[in-house]
Amino acid sequence: MSTTELFESAEVPTIDTSGTLGRSPWQLAWARLRRDRVALVCGAFIVLLGLVAAFAGPLSKLIGWSPTQQDRINGLTPDGLPAPPSVHHLLGTDNLGRDVLVRVIYGTRVSLAVGVAAAVAAVLIGVIVGLIAGYFGPAVDAIVSRLMDVVLSFPFLLFAIALVSVVGPSELVEIGVIAFFSWAAVGRIVRGQTLSIREKEYIEAARSLGASDRRIMFVDVLPNLVAPVLVYTTLLIPVSIVFEATLSYLGVGIIPPTPSWGNMISDAQDVYQQAWWFLLFPGIALIATTLAFNLLGDSVRDALDPRTERLFAK
Amino acid sequence: MIEDTPQPPAGTRPADDDLVRATGVVKYFPIRRGIIFKHEIGQVRAVDGVDLTVRRGETLGLVGETGCGKSTLARCLTRLYPLTAGQVVFDGTDISTLNRGQLRPFRRDVQMIFQDPYGSLNPRRRVGSIIGDPFAIHGVADGAERKRKVQELMELVGLNPEHYNRFPADFSGGQRQRIGVARALALRPKLIVCDEPVSALDVSIQAQIINLLESLQDDFGLTYVFIAHDLSVVEHVSDRVGVMYLGRLVELAEVDELYRHPHHPYTVALLSAAGTPDPNKARKRERILLTGDVPSPIDPPSGCRFHPRCPKARDRCSVDDPVLMPGTDRRPGAEPTGDGHVTACHYPVLPGEVLAGRT
Amino acid sequence: MVRFLIRRLLTGVLVVWLISVIVFAIFFIAPHNVAQLLLGKFAAQNQQLVQTVTKQLGLDQPIWVQYAHFLNRLFHGDLGYSYYSHEPVTSLIKAALPITASLAIGAAIIWVVAGVLIGVLSATRPRSFTDRLATLFALIGLSFPTFVLGLLLLYFFFYQLHLAGVTFFPGGGYVPLTQNPGQWAQHLILPWITLAVASMAVYVRLTRGQMLEVLGEDYVRTARSKGLRPLRVTYRHGLRAALVPIVTQFGIDVATLLGGAIVTEQVFGLNGLGRMSVQAVTNQDEPVIIAVVLLAAVFVVVANIVVDLLYAVLDPRVRLS
Repeated sequence: MSTTELFESAEVPTIDTSGTLGRSPWQLAWARLRRDRVALVCGAFIVLLGLVAAFAGPLSKLIGWSPTQQDRINGLTPDGLPAPPSVHHLLGTDNLGRDVLVRVIYGTRVSLAVGVAAAVAAVLIGVIVGLIAGYFGPAVDAIVSRLMDVVLSFPFLLFAIALVSVVGPSELVEIGVIAFFSWAAVGRIVRGQTLSIREKEYIEAARSLGASDRRIMFVDVLPNLVAPVLVYTTLLIPVSIVFEATLSYLGVGIIPPTPSWGNMISDAQDVYQQAWWFLLFPGIALIATTLAFNLLGDSVRDALDPRTERLFAK
Repeated sequence: MIEDTPQPPAGTRPADDDLVRATGVVKYFPIRRGIIFKHEIGQVRAVDGVDLTVRRGETLGLVGETGCGKSTLARCLTRLYPLTAGQVVFDGTDISTLNRGQLRPFRRDVQMIFQDPYGSLNPRRRVGSIIGDPFAIHGVADGAERKRKVQELMELVGLNPEHYNRFPADFSGGQRQRIGVARALALRPKLIVCDEPVSALDVSIQAQIINLLESLQDDFGLTYVFIAHDLSVVEHVSDRVGVMYLGRLVELAEVDELYRHPHHPYTVALLSAAGTPDPNKARKRERILLTGDVPSPIDPPSGCRFHPRCPKARDRCSVDDPVLMPGTDRRPGAEPTGDGHVTACHYPVLPGEVLAGRT
Repeated sequence: MVRFLIRRLLTGVLVVWLISVIVFAIFFIAPHNVAQLLLGKFAAQNQQLVQTVTKQLGLDQPIWVQYAHFLNRLFHGDLGYSYYSHEPVTSLIKAALPITASLAIGAAIIWVVAGVLIGVLSATRPRSFTDRLATLFALIGLSFPTFVLGLLLLYFFFYQLHLAGVTFFPGGGYVPLTQNPGQWAQHLILPWITLAVASMAVYVRLTRGQMLEVLGEDYVRTARSKGLRPLRVTYRHGLRAALVPIVTQFGIDVATLLGGAIVTEQVFGLNGLGRMSVQAVTNQDEPVIIAVVLLAAVFVVVANIVVDLLYAVLDPRVRLS
């Protein structure tokens, strides 16, 4: 039988062109995500946050106060307490007579920058380490896995505080500290995934073709890790944001007078009985942001792998 | 096909007729255990001393039950596994001791087709890129040229070249196996090892894939090692067939010879257990039930590995390990037969002999 | 089992040792002069004194000598003296430990019991009102940073209720259990809730998911078709299988628990280990920080070993090897 004869006898590839064909898993996930109303709302909110963070300067000019500027006229009540929301200060003032709205806006910048940067750094380290542990066999795996166990069993907040106390607080240190205590969780997940992918036949196929380890890792393993890693990144961002706020709240994060939601809340703690707005607005900003990222992460997971159960059932 | 050009008798063939010559191939997998320091507590003897030659242009079938070591043997021949012992000579080059870098040129000449059409294609990559992998890895063709070559290949194996940008999930099982075939064919290899290439497919699709493989063999002068547990598939595609049991090759013969006159009791049992679609033949073949389970390859039986389950076993079989020998006459000084039919058995089944233990 | 225990203990010791080295390293590379810090304004007047104090503290010796001293003293239960209050670190810890223990254990009990209960409830009636309520609760709980929740609780349950004349919830502080158990609990209710909510949310989701999965399995359906009472099926068959991942999660949460305790103590003005360590950081009181961090590390390691053992007890399929 020749090839031409075969053409006539072989099955004719009858494939319906119903729209899902030839679209990458990403395109399919994207289509699913776009139909998810929760994801759309959360995504829009996060974009808005990003815009607020990016245009914090012009916004504060528009409002008329800089984040560190004290209003000597209307900033404090005659008792020296923060002034409640009014026409002068839409969300009231803080303990030093500064505009809460402008400070919350600038706080967005810190939260997003530190949260996203730390999460991305943690994911990068975690992916590389996890990939190495999972791919290069039992000896490497044993060492790297122990290392991850050690990092994971650190009482991390305590350690973070201790570390910052020595190095001195700054945004970069904060990002480093958060990333340092978050990468191991990512590493563990990536390691597990890599271990199972490594046993797949297509890896053996690549090896039988003579592909190098590096090629197999980047061309065959990595694309299969993108989905779980993407989900984990979206869920790690809110964790990092809360971590940042907590460090700032404890006085080892962003140093005043630079505003962050955490150090605002810390200042508010002393006067919350008299000035609820000072506690409430940065608190709401923080909660809304983490909520949005959590919901979005859940939707992303859902879109990438419709079989898994949602963390938050609708 | 091969019947038209009968093989010259063994021993008189020129040496370069053999594409692969494997001698004493051994592959053990260690079993490790330990608290901190792992120590070896045993070995799985997956392949335990196999001699085998693959002739240019032929299809060599390998059959045996699950766990008999046929897939491991295939991965030893293609050097996906390092050998525990033994030698594999491919096209005149000893490849058994080469490292990964040295194996690269060899990887162009030998390809594999895998069992699972779902598992052997990376779900995250486009079909064009999967089939183009051999070109990319060996730096053969780039950009538009690679795409053209890939589309030629797709056409060759009966895929629509316009589906270049689709993902494996968009294809049926049979079409995916065609993708696997196209990838294996890309570099025009000398040998393709097919590891159960059709056992995961529907019966109707199996025939299409087998026809495809056969026509490609004619067109490109390929040599196949074809592994399957489906005896009728092997009978259909193979020129010669080897039977494996517990890491050993127990019988090897031309396909018709083996199916008509099996010498090894295990082969007889294997053939009798397989159903045949021809009712006339089915009546003639009577089923022989093997007693007991396949022994563990960690601790294989002494002597002939088949003896605990063999209806013909005698005392000698549990002590004396049989080697592959031609014919059925085991008396010293017996005339060697020239048909290349070899069996590792002290008491081969003679034509017309009826084995005990049948139902 | 014994082999497993030995291996776990060995790795545990290794982890604690590594942490001790890291802690020590962190504070050795610290770019500051402790003696100068301790002496404050005296330092400027008397360089001689700075050197004497440095010598006294052994800070002039090479790092490994210092580390050896440190280890040696550690083995004799001597954690040194606080640079700040000059009290023995051991007695500081003794004073603070009951507070943190009360807080952490109480909160852990609340979150596990309540989390699992709510999870089971919502799993037995999926998509019901209870289920949705539980989901909403989990969602909010997960997104609430501990300190925000604590301050909001204080605002409403202490301040607003006080204004309304209800003085049940105190605004902070601690009363020892031995002194007055009622007061003890009263002072800790809000901190417990604060610390428990975030973790509770995780347990609700985890229990719900696991239970739904288990309740769909064949053997549970078999049990039901045999005529076992639904409640019995839920708890005997469903919950037991669901407990394994819950216990695993608890092991992971132990480290989180300590972090949460620091924040909660800070919010409610509880002078436990967490607040002590934050203050020690502010004062650069290294012996105290080192002691607290090591204590926490030992605690996490021990808790993880206990969790692993529990894991084996709960799931006979897990062979400890």
